[in-house]
Amino acid sequence: MLPEATLTSLIRAALPDARVEVEDLTGTQDHYAITVISEAFRGKSLLTQQRMVYAALGDTLRGPIHALALNTRPPRDGEAAPE
Amino acid sequence: MSDNELMEQIDATVKENQIVIFMKGSPMQPACGFSAAASEILKATGRPFAYVDVFEIPGVRDAIKQYTQWPTIPQIFINGEFVGGTDILREMSGNGELDALLATLEPPETAEG
Repeated sequence: MLPEATLTSLIRAALPDARVEVEDLTGTQDHYAITVISEAFRGKSLLTQQRMVYAALGDTLRGPIHALALNTRPPRDGEAAPE
Repeated sequence: MSDNELMEQIDATVKENQIVIFMKGSPMQPACGFSAAASEILKATGRPFAYVDVFEIPGVRDAIKQYTQWPTIPQIFINGEFVGGTDILREMSGNGELDALLATLEPPETAEG
């Protein structure tokens, strides 16, 4: 079990400009769908983008998190900047 | 099997099959939603593909994560290269990248022409 806020802060620590949207798929804080939008992803393959997020999440995937759907991309033109 | 032997087996499997998925369960009976979704995408390509049920072989579930340095299952390989998991496969399927990648493979024996 891992709270959304922890996931978001782990990702933001590695990708400070990222917009992070977290959805708890089962309400049990261990099955999440995460969207990460960051300029750091621009020009990188999906594989590399996801590796960057996995690196940020580190050991959480070996324990507290059971399932993770991950959606990553650079910001689109005209997309609102993260707050 | 020792760790080294497992790694070698994984390496051989990945290189000897054009498309292979390491998944939970089988394409006929997936044991998890992500594995089911990935195997459905592969089935929809109409191409033959190999699978490894990570529950069937002791140690392979951890070994494959070591092999790719990727923490989740399923893991899909095309033409000997790690492509990613379900999310990536879905994205590639939707934007034409998967078709483009498959087009670079030698035609399967059951080609639809």
